Amino acid sequence: MPRTLAEKVWESHLVRRGEGAEPDLLYIDLHLLHEVTSPQAFDGLRLAGRKLRRPDLTIATEDHNVPTIDIELPIADPVSRTQVDTLRANCEEFGVRLHPMGDAEQGIVHVIGPQLGLTQPGMTVVCGDSHTSTHGAFGAMAFGIGTSEVEHVMATQTLPLRPFKTMAITVDGVLRPGVTAKDIILAVIAKIGTGGGQGYVLEYRGEAIEKLSMEARMTVCNMSIEAGARAGLIAPDETTFAYLKGRPHAPRGADWDAAVENWRELRTDDDAVFDAEVRLNADELTPFVTWGTNPGQGLPLSAEVPDPERIGDENERIAAEKALSYMDLKPGTPLREIAVDTVFLGSCTNGRIEDLRAAADVLRGHKVAGSVRMLVVPGSMRVRQAAEAEGLDRIFIEAGAEWRQAGCSMCLGMNPDQLKPGERSASTSNRNFEGRQGKGGRTHLVSPLVAAATAVRGTLSSPEDLRPATAR
Amino acid sequence: MDAFTHHTGVGVPLRRSNVDTDQIIPAVYLKRVSRTGFEDGLFAAWRSDESFILNQEPFKSGSVLVAGPDFGTGSSREHAVWALMDYGFRVVISARFADIFRGNSGKQGLVAAQVEQADVELLWKLLETEPGTEVTVDLESKTVRAKDFTAPFQIDDYTRWRLLEGLDDIALTLRHAEEIDTFEIQRPSWKPVTLPAASS
Repeated sequence: MPRTLAEKVWESHLVRRGEGAEPDLLYIDLHLLHEVTSPQAFDGLRLAGRKLRRPDLTIATEDHNVPTIDIELPIADPVSRTQVDTLRANCEEFGVRLHPMGDAEQGIVHVIGPQLGLTQPGMTVVCGDSHTSTHGAFGAMAFGIGTSEVEHVMATQTLPLRPFKTMAITVDGVLRPGVTAKDIILAVIAKIGTGGGQGYVLEYRGEAIEKLSMEARMTVCNMSIEAGARAGLIAPDETTFAYLKGRPHAPRGADWDAAVENWRELRTDDDAVFDAEVRLNADELTPFVTWGTNPGQGLPLSAEVPDPERIGDENERIAAEKALSYMDLKPGTPLREIAVDTVFLGSCTNGRIEDLRAAADVLRGHKVAGSVRMLVVPGSMRVRQAAEAEGLDRIFIEAGAEWRQAGCSMCLGMNPDQLKPGERSASTSNRNFEGRQGKGGRTHLVSPLVAAATAVRGTLSSPEDLRPATAR
Repeated sequence: MDAFTHHTGVGVPLRRSNVDTDQIIPAVYLKRVSRTGFEDGLFAAWRSDESFILNQEPFKSGSVLVAGPDFGTGSSREHAVWALMDYGFRVVISARFADIFRGNSGKQGLVAAQVEQADVELLWKLLETEPGTEVTVDLESKTVRAKDFTAPFQIDDYTRWRLLEGLDDIALTLRHAEEIDTFEIQRPSWKPVTLPAASS
């Protein structure tokens, strides 16, 4: 019976198939923890007198609450400090490996897993964070869970789950220069909508996907959740194996050979049937930005703020009106004319070394506009170290950007890095909901290249806009 | 977890679609380490506006939320469910729920009742023209009733059974402890472990 990649991974993790209306019970290969969604789960374990079943399949980091400057000082906000202290005490008590603020392996949870070689093809990976879908880039079944499920995994190393439907997202063609993985996924979400992937696991396929590096694949899979999907996968291939080889927790020697042999089978069978299919052509893609208050409200940078009057569907029209009001935008304004006061380069979507390199390439020889504040936040301390070894930090600092420590930072308004009411950002993160980056803050989601160009010009821009007229 | 068979309470018409979990509970409230007290964070940004529905009588004491489609999108924060329940809601009615939110609500015993949008529109009209109307959500018969209005709702059989019985997911899973042990023994040895720690 021909099967898709997602179905193969599912079936190889069945502890038991559900009878009748019962869900299946799946084994979890890797459980990632952070300080926000774990306290009540640890409390639940403790209250029920249960142990954490597999500390050796669990790893924790501090990312959401941590400041990205002065990290040698105690966290200033008492509530944040309590949450981080609680994680430390819980990890100590239950024997969980933790990489705290300042540790060489600390960083955003979805950056450190792959970087350590812990995320591997064919695994089930869960975390109390919806962007767990990132790890699907390795051909893993990776998805976000709520705190009750976190407790369930701690206690049993399994989860009761109902199988998802499968959707193939095929991206043919070749990306043009200046167009990135971020633009692919923003275009996908604009096409299928924030509810389009609901109930589905997405598999990204096609020439353009296969040509992406692992970090670019992570960017694509990261935002699967914004299309309503639970998870998004890309089949492992030589690019995947090359990334993994030699990483700290990658298998070695005979184990490596056995693993790769197993991983080569992790592809959708040629005659397998998906429940739904969507196609895009990479040749047609251009830099994409969001104008509204959900990740599906996006358009090419070359477009204008849409006119709600022209939108047929009533719910969508009302949503667009509310979005334009919140974002303080007028229909017909060219997106390239929207001025921002803040640029954020970072997050689990675009906070890896390739993202920093791409942005540094654009900023080299330029200055951040006087009206703009730019924060560059590496996704992990290892990314930070690598960036400094390449001199990227000097490029950012000389341009006038702030070079920070690792953490979720301005992606969500939980730590000191926030927008003030009315401030407007171009952000390489993944959500532009009302108040996401701080109460009253306005967010435009963009790629690292657009972020860097925007910082220089002060309005939403792509690197093309920085070239002198004669050279175009 | 308390068993849920049916609930009757004031219906609150929330005419918004795509209510994401950042609206249901802003990130700043996620810093708490306790499991209770999240009612202050519920729709915090919207409630700062006087005209928001939850600031009006009699909706302030509502316990059945009737919302537009695509409720609970975005972040996996279960705190969104806790905020709704700590405030006093026992049911959310919508034409479509985000997957993670739906799962989370089932864990806590908040009923996510999927009702056709046409029926949601009728219920909204009723609740707006007769504020204070009580809505009964009957999990046994899977129906929503209010005055002369009645409509069916969808909920998956397993969650319905679990909520009717008041059963806890972890205890149910641990009935299969032997099968978990069996599965573990046959896992390939080359699969990664986090301990002992290896670093770059």
